[in-house]
Amino acid sequence: MQVAIVKYNAGNIRSVLNALHRCGVEAVLTDDVETLMSADKVIFPGQGEARTTMTYLRQHRLDEVILGLRQPVLGICIGMQLLCRHSEEEDTDCLGVFDVDVVKFRPTRHEDKVPQMGWNTIGDLKSDLFKGLSKEEFVYFVHSFYAPLCDDTIATTNYVQPYSSALHRDNFYATQFHPEKSGAVGERIIRNFLEM
Amino acid sequence: MLAKRIIPCLDIKDGQTVKGVNFVNLQQAGDPIALGKAYSEQGADELVYLDITASHEGRKTFTQLVSRIAEEINIPFTVGGGINELADVDCLLSAGADKVSINSAALRRPELIDEIARHFGSQVCVVAIDAKETDGQWRCYLNGGRVETERDLFDWALEANRRGAGEILFTSMNHDGVKQGFANTALSRLADELTIPVIASGGAGSMEHFRDAFTQGHADAALAASVFHFGEIGIRELKEYLKQQNITVRL
Repeated sequence: MQVAIVKYNAGNIRSVLNALHRCGVEAVLTDDVETLMSADKVIFPGQGEARTTMTYLRQHRLDEVILGLRQPVLGICIGMQLLCRHSEEEDTDCLGVFDVDVVKFRPTRHEDKVPQMGWNTIGDLKSDLFKGLSKEEFVYFVHSFYAPLCDDTIATTNYVQPYSSALHRDNFYATQFHPEKSGAVGERIIRNFLEM
Repeated sequence: MLAKRIIPCLDIKDGQTVKGVNFVNLQQAGDPIALGKAYSEQGADELVYLDITASHEGRKTFTQLVSRIAEEINIPFTVGGGINELADVDCLLSAGADKVSINSAALRRPELIDEIARHFGSQVCVVAIDAKETDGQWRCYLNGGRVETERDLFDWALEANRRGAGEILFTSMNHDGVKQGFANTALSRLADELTIPVIASGGAGSMEHFRDAFTQGHADAALAASVFHFGEIGIRELKEYLKQQNITVRL
């Protein structure tokens, strides 16, 4: 199986390569159009800020490439947010696969800090991406912006309020959390994606 | 609900895990990767790898070890020790670390926090503070607790927060290694004043101490070394205990 990881100006991409390696898959990190188009699976990961990453994608025509992908695609963290319509972070227009706008956490209690950093549960699971998982599992999050609940929501997490911790539309899957850093649960999610 | 985190800390010297009692008398406690993997499997939420001699001897950090850790460990990990400039941070993050912990370098040149936050995001920037209370005054220390400064703990933590730190890792030198509990009064003041998570460090001796760091100290995470390394407290049993005490933990 050919798995391609979209190479762009976001951080923490190596951890996805490592996680795939632990699942027995040697992925390629690439921004080459042909390689991305012909891969069996594409992962669009990363940590970063919406405007600078989106600008980079447009400048390198990767926005069109990503939107043209027909195989299963998995967006992770900023990758998920960039697949949404718009982000409040630097008022950025994004790729618009998911019909939802990303907004910032606005906590009312001091103990709800921003970014949300750490392990929280995913519930209300509605996708084969979560096959084999029990009702509420902990996964690892680091983020200040979130996608509200919408028609594409396939997992819900509660922080400040319930929001979308995973989205799905057509061949696009995405998680706000980091499956590559979420222990055995995360590994199961990655394996499930690889089996799509 | 967001879980309280349990973080084993692996102090590294010459590629091996060590843990000092009150920052001296180093004892061997195992292979860093094997130990990290074992902790991950027992339910540790994160790992911290500190190159404890790096700052003192002025040598660069342990990038090769970091790459190997990143390959084998499937939970987040932080690395620290001897980070002086942005290039050190870039190197460690590129090797696969999720966060870096800065200590002496930030006290000497606080702008380093702004630079890390701007280039890599606040979430990667853990500011570690070693502090000691003398006559009711908490002072920050440099170089792994060897050099006292005039800097007040709370004042410095607030500045670090303002400059873009993602988390504060507070080690009480009064409590470290003596296993009588965390510095809960200072911790709760930090947790209540800061807008970023606070990691409690120094003083874990029993499971009750962890509970108190969360309930009295309002910490977001608790870090310990020797109680885990020498098997005095198992991570799974600790988390089961905390759950019974109505503290949200990942089990």
